[in-house]
Amino acid sequence: MDAFWTSRVMSDILGGLTNGVIYALVALSLVLIWRSTRILNFAQGAMAMLAAYVGFAVLAPSTNYWVSMAVAIVAGVVLGGLTERTVVRTLYGKPEINPVVAMVGFLLVLESVAAAIWSTTERSLPTPFSIIDWQLAGRPVAMSPFALYEVVTAIVVMAVVAIVFQFTSLGLQLRAAALNPEVSRLLGVRVTRMLTLGWMLASGVGAVTAVLVASNYFTGLTPTTMDGVFAFGFIAAAVGGLDSPVGALVAGVLLGVAFQFVGDFINSNAIILVALGLLIVSLMVRPSGLFTRRTERRV
Amino acid sequence: MIGVSGLSVAYGAVQALRDVTFEAEPGKITAVLGANGAGKTTLLRTISGLVKPRAGVVTLEGQTLTGTHAEDIVRRGVGHVPEGRGVIGEFSVEENLRLGALIAHRGRSGRREALERQYTLFPVLGERRRQPAATLSGGERQMLAMARALIAQPRVLLLDEPSLGLAPLVTADLMHTISELCAASGLTVILVEQNAKSALRIADHAVVLYVGRVVANDRAAVVAGDERLRQYYLGLVE
Repeated sequence: MDAFWTSRVMSDILGGLTNGVIYALVALSLVLIWRSTRILNFAQGAMAMLAAYVGFAVLAPSTNYWVSMAVAIVAGVVLGGLTERTVVRTLYGKPEINPVVAMVGFLLVLESVAAAIWSTTERSLPTPFSIIDWQLAGRPVAMSPFALYEVVTAIVVMAVVAIVFQFTSLGLQLRAAALNPEVSRLLGVRVTRMLTLGWMLASGVGAVTAVLVASNYFTGLTPTTMDGVFAFGFIAAAVGGLDSPVGALVAGVLLGVAFQFVGDFINSNAIILVALGLLIVSLMVRPSGLFTRRTERRV
Repeated sequence: MIGVSGLSVAYGAVQALRDVTFEAEPGKITAVLGANGAGKTTLLRTISGLVKPRAGVVTLEGQTLTGTHAEDIVRRGVGHVPEGRGVIGEFSVEENLRLGALIAHRGRSGRREALERQYTLFPVLGERRRQPAATLSGGERQMLAMARALIAQPRVLLLDEPSLGLAPLVTADLMHTISELCAASGLTVILVEQNAKSALRIADHAVVLYVGRVVANDRAAVVAGDERLRQYYLGLVE
C-alpha cells in the first residue's frame, strides 16, 4: 500500500489535484461572472492579486496569516463590488468586443497600480502549514500539509458557493437574475443589486485563490502572480463550459492532473502546448463546453 | 382600482400608445383587445414599470405608479404575467413559485404555507413540483406563471395573452379559473387577449386598442354586441 501512495502515478495525481483545485477556483469565479453578466472577466486574476496585496502587504508581515486572509477576502469582495458599479456597469448591452477590451485594459491598470505601490519584487507570504511532503516508509508522498490545506480550502469555498446558490433565497435570486432579468424584476428581484453581489462573490473567491497561490513557497506574491494560474483557469472554464459551475470545477481538477502527467512523462515545457491544444480541440468539438446542456439561451 | 390616464409610449420614432385612458375596477375583469401591434403588450409593460411612458400616468388607488421601478411596482401589489408566460425553464416548478413568494412571505414556514395554498389551487403544480418548468405543457406553464404571480398576493393581476398556444379546451378551463379567482378575491384583472371571443365571455369590461389608440371602452357585453367593433377591430366575423 505504501508503494502505491508513493508511486510515480499517484504522485502525479496528488500533485495535479493540488494545482487543479486552484484552476477550478479561478474557473468558478469566471463562470459566476459569465453567468450573471455575460462578461469574461480577464481582470479577475489581477483583482485577486490586488486583494492579496491588501491583505498581506498593507498589514505588516508580522500579522497573523488568518487575519490577513480575512482582510484579503474583504478587499476582494469590496473590489468586486466597486468594479461592477464603476467599470462593468457601462459595458452592459454593448458590442461583445467592448467588455473584452475594457477588462484586459483593467487587468493592465491593476497590475501597474500594484507594481507602482508595492514594486515588482516578489514577496513571500507566510505559509500556515508545512510545505514539506509527508513520508511513507521513507519515501515522499506528493502531498504536504500545506497542499492538503489548499485542497480542503478549495473544497470549502466551492461548497459555500454551492450552498449559497442552491439552498438560499439569495442564491435563488442570483440565479433568476442571471437566467431571466426581466421576469426577475417583475417578481421583485433587485436585478442590478444581484449583479453587484455576483461580482462581489466571485471576487471574494478570487481573493482566496490568490492567497493560496501566493502563499505557496514556489510562487510568492508579485503583480503578475496570477497570470499563469488565470490562463489555466480560463482554459478550464472554457473546456468545462462557461455556463456550468460543475463543469468548471471538474475541468479544473482534470486539467491540473493532466498537466502533471504531461510535465512528468513528456516535458514540463509541453504543458502550455497541451493546454492550448485542449482548448482548441474543445472549442472545435463542443464550443459551449463539455458540461453545458445544449439549450438555446433566451435573451 | 387601477387607472391609466393620457398614456403615450414611443419606441424611438414608433408611437406604440397614444393618449390611452381607462380604469379597471376591483373584482372585475377588464379585457384589453386588439390586433397584433395594437399596443396591448406595451400597455401592460408600461403599467408594470418595464417601459417608461413619454406622457401620462398610471395610478393604483389614487397613488402614482409611473416612475417607480418594476421591482417596486410588484411590491405595491401589481402582478404581471408576461407574454410567453416568463416561466424560468431551468428552475423547478417549486423554485419558480419560491421566487414569486419572496416579496410577500417572510420566513420558511410562511413560504411553505403559501406554496401549499398554490398547490391546492393548482393541483397539477403540486404533482410536478420537483420537475424543471421547461418540461411542463403549455397549459401547465400558464398555471405556473399565474400561481407565481398570485403567491405574491397582488391586488392587480396583468395577464398578457394567457391563451396563446393553448388548445381551445385548455383555454376555456383557464378563462374559467381566471374568472373564479377574480370573483373570489376581489382581484383587479387586466386581461390582454388576441382571442377576443373567449376573453369577452368572462370580461366585465373591455377596452379595444387600434394602433395605439383606444377605439372602444365599454361594458364587455356592449363591445361584444357592437357589429362594427367585431368586424373591423376584433376580427370576429360570423
